[in-house]
Amino acid sequence: MAQQKAAAIIELHNVCKAFAKPSGEPLPVLKDIDLAITEGEILGLLGRSGCGKSTLLRIAGGLIKPTSGEVLYRGAPLAGPAEGIAVVFQTFALYPWLTVLDNVELGLDALKLSQDEERRRSMSAIDLIGLDGFQSAYPRELSGGMRQRVGFARALVSDPTLLLMDEPFSALDVLTAETLRTDFLDLWIARQLPTKAVLMVTHNIEEAVLMCDRILVLGANPGHIAAAIPVSLPQPRNRLDAAFHAIVDEIYTILTSRMTEAIGAQSQIHGGLAQHLSPVSTNRIGGFAETLAAPPYGGSAELAKIAVPLSFDINDLLPIAAALHILEFAEVKEGTIKLTAAGRVFAQGDIEQRKRLFREHLVRFVPLAAHIRQVLDEREGHEAPRARFEFELQDHLNQNDADSTLQAVIGWGRYAELFIYDDRTRTFSLDHGET
Amino acid sequence: MEHHAEVLTGGVWRPRVPDWRDLAAIVLVLAVVLLIGTGAHQMVAPFVPAHQPEISLSPAALPFYTLRTVMRMLAALVASLVFTFTYATLAAKSRRAETVLIPVLDVLQSVPILGYLSFTVVFFVSLFPGNMLGPELAAIFAVFTSQAWNMAFSLYQSLRTIPTDLDEASRSVRASAWQRFWRLEVPFAMPGLIWNMMMSMSGGWFFVVASEAISVGDFQIALPGVGSYVARAIQERDLAAVGWAIVAMTVAIILYDQLLFRPLVAWADKFRSEQTAAQTVPRSWVLQLFRRSTLAQRFNEPIGLALHRAARARLVLPDTLRQATRWSPPRGVVDFVWYGTLVAVTAYVVWELLRYAGSTLSWDDLGIAGSNGALTLLRVAILIVLASLIWVPIGVAVGLRPKLTEMIQPIAQFLAAFPANLLFPVAVFLIVRFDLAPKIWLSPLMILGTQWYILFNVIAGASTFPSDLREAAASLRVRPWRWWREVMLPGIFPYYVTGAITASGGAWNASIVSEIVSWGPTKLSGSGLGAYIAQMTEAGDYPRIALGVAVMSVLVIAANRLLWRPLYRYAERRTRLD
Repeated sequence: MAQQKAAAIIELHNVCKAFAKPSGEPLPVLKDIDLAITEGEILGLLGRSGCGKSTLLRIAGGLIKPTSGEVLYRGAPLAGPAEGIAVVFQTFALYPWLTVLDNVELGLDALKLSQDEERRRSMSAIDLIGLDGFQSAYPRELSGGMRQRVGFARALVSDPTLLLMDEPFSALDVLTAETLRTDFLDLWIARQLPTKAVLMVTHNIEEAVLMCDRILVLGANPGHIAAAIPVSLPQPRNRLDAAFHAIVDEIYTILTSRMTEAIGAQSQIHGGLAQHLSPVSTNRIGGFAETLAAPPYGGSAELAKIAVPLSFDINDLLPIAAALHILEFAEVKEGTIKLTAAGRVFAQGDIEQRKRLFREHLVRFVPLAAHIRQVLDEREGHEAPRARFEFELQDHLNQNDADSTLQAVIGWGRYAELFIYDDRTRTFSLDHGET
Repeated sequence: MEHHAEVLTGGVWRPRVPDWRDLAAIVLVLAVVLLIGTGAHQMVAPFVPAHQPEISLSPAALPFYTLRTVMRMLAALVASLVFTFTYATLAAKSRRAETVLIPVLDVLQSVPILGYLSFTVVFFVSLFPGNMLGPELAAIFAVFTSQAWNMAFSLYQSLRTIPTDLDEASRSVRASAWQRFWRLEVPFAMPGLIWNMMMSMSGGWFFVVASEAISVGDFQIALPGVGSYVARAIQERDLAAVGWAIVAMTVAIILYDQLLFRPLVAWADKFRSEQTAAQTVPRSWVLQLFRRSTLAQRFNEPIGLALHRAARARLVLPDTLRQATRWSPPRGVVDFVWYGTLVAVTAYVVWELLRYAGSTLSWDDLGIAGSNGALTLLRVAILIVLASLIWVPIGVAVGLRPKLTEMIQPIAQFLAAFPANLLFPVAVFLIVRFDLAPKIWLSPLMILGTQWYILFNVIAGASTFPSDLREAAASLRVRPWRWWREVMLPGIFPYYVTGAITASGGAWNASIVSEIVSWGPTKLSGSGLGAYIAQMTEAGDYPRIALGVAVMSVLVIAANRLLWRPLYRYAERRTRLD
């Protein structure tokens, strides 16, 4: 489908978006986005949370106005929600006080149909999506899967040209998500939907490869398109196919090499003090190292492979991999994660050994942790306010990243018993026994 | 004033099907009100008016008066806390006590506080003859009654809804009842209790102002305070003095909020259970100041330690005593004696009531009170509808804009707390000046102070309206009519009902001071039940005051049971997703 030259349904040119921070200064979330969705295609937007992919979807849906740039829907500028564009929400966004039928009929309100016509079309959408018999139920009586079917019926009832899906399956359990995905793909492949193109946001790589004809990988800070990967496998696709796996692996490689590059680059500036860290629980770090050390992996695994049995998506996996990489318990290279010698010792140690090793690595490889400890050692009274380090970080990181970095260092520092942090007074201090 | 503790805290509303106990409670409370009323004139006899200090209209005297008013508020708060901890705990722990205490509390919430002010004044004055302590206590009691019922309800509800896991954890470490109470139950109830304290405090200002200057029959009382200052200003027709009082009150309320309640709310945030995580953490500069100041820390430490020790003490009854208390007669026997006593007391009270009332009141009196009640009911209904038509759209418009909400919400809350009776003279001055019909133009005064509850609850509802539901409606391009009917109004409905309950309850109370007003020698009466009670109070006609209060209570209870509670339950059922 990707080969045939088709008309663009929606085009974004040089789209930028910045939100105002509480302090008033702009926080850029999207920068220079150029994309076009052509007729007959499912386009996937893949990225970690916080990379602006949901914002991008809302811009395409006319729900948010871009700060600059141009959005063309069928060649004409888009000003607000338009006829022919429908959204399926991650949280379903059903009105609890309306029945299934009323919720679906809401999707036709703007078309100003007669009451009978409204009813007829809603019933046929309910029928199509497999909700027959549930029309008089309230959302609270339905399971998650059934609720999202209502979400689909409400979006499809108006016969939209462009369907926008914001992580439509991520709030569902694995089994239900799979059923809904397959049902949707069946309708799509059989051309039973009037919809001409789909834009789907996801952080699940397998889901993207399973459904999309083209995948855009989004990078963060601010959000930008990092890579475009065409998926030309014929539908229906098989997850066990070598070709399928090759694409999944390729995406992991892109994501991880971007990650390690960023880590490497950040460690060069300002003595690595402004290294951005994600707060990952030390339980997860330890547990992941243990899993990696044990058979069948024996210390090294492709991220694409290890993600499946853990049912981790990239939001779970990448921060852990990054933490292990930064702490030099593991090395991440081209989609593969491999424990270092210290990482193996860490994985097999008992509680005390682990803590000791973790502390050693924290001081050596996380300059911010070493810096905090040094300040506390030098200061009279061995106390320092959090604000002091916040200011230092904010020279290099935006406020959100500075917060999450401090949160990570606090969690790790507490585990390593490197320092004490009192959130009530927002001060760091040393254990009295140590001073 | 009925505040509906559970609604305001967003806590769990436990629908209790009304049964014979409620009826018994209504009869019991009303009968006691009537009995005290009919017997009250006998108590007036020993009253010798004490030497009362003259109220000065100089603005320089105002800070002192304001301080006195604030002190009354504080005293009432302490009394309410003591009452709450004993009454609610007893109700939550004892099944038998619960059957009486909770229905009684429910009815007490609906009795108009200003209605029985005259009895309480007489009662407290006769306790301390020739002493200003009597009227002081009566004023404090008026504020107490505006807070205690809600606070007790809040604590009772929290005690009954302790999460099972927390309860099991405390039992598994074999905590004593005392430890459990201070380390589990009170912390769990704290956020709700403090929120309720703050909300009832808003009503409290109204009552403290109204109760400082009161005249019952032949004697007049004016306690030094803002209320008396305004009463004097009305006598002297001094509009400037009224303005000064408004300024003083504004400052007092803002200080009270900043110095007492903001810190309390911010502090109590740590007790909030995780399940109900709010998006915004309440902050208070005063609390921050205290937490950061080393001097304050040093001062606090021993106190904190002592409290900590007290809460940790096991405080178990000695074994011998426990053996003694452990013996109890068979359950059936105790129940029989307990319920038997209840029925007997109720029957006796009803009989006494009929005997007393029969000798002093006639059916005509009931007819007059009833028709006045109908007039006031009509006024409350019309005003609530009008206030809703005005404030719901404005509240939604504000609530959907976060920046505007941040600005307007504190103002709306302040206006709700501000005692509207301080503003009455201004309105009355205008009515007299332009010679307007009192029957119509006095009515809006009833809702002057309480309409803000509708506004700020609607703002709160609209600002917490889920953003995905808003986006869905925008994306579906739902047209305005349907947007209001099917999207926004159902979404804010529970919040609106909460606000409307409070507003209507407050309007009933306010009718007693707003349906009959004066400006110097000019007297305006809008008639109605509030005017009836006020007139009878002035005349010192206790049986008819009691009758008026009883009629009003019945009307308020009926409105709550037949309209507001079903509406609230309906709203809650419909907006729940799980």
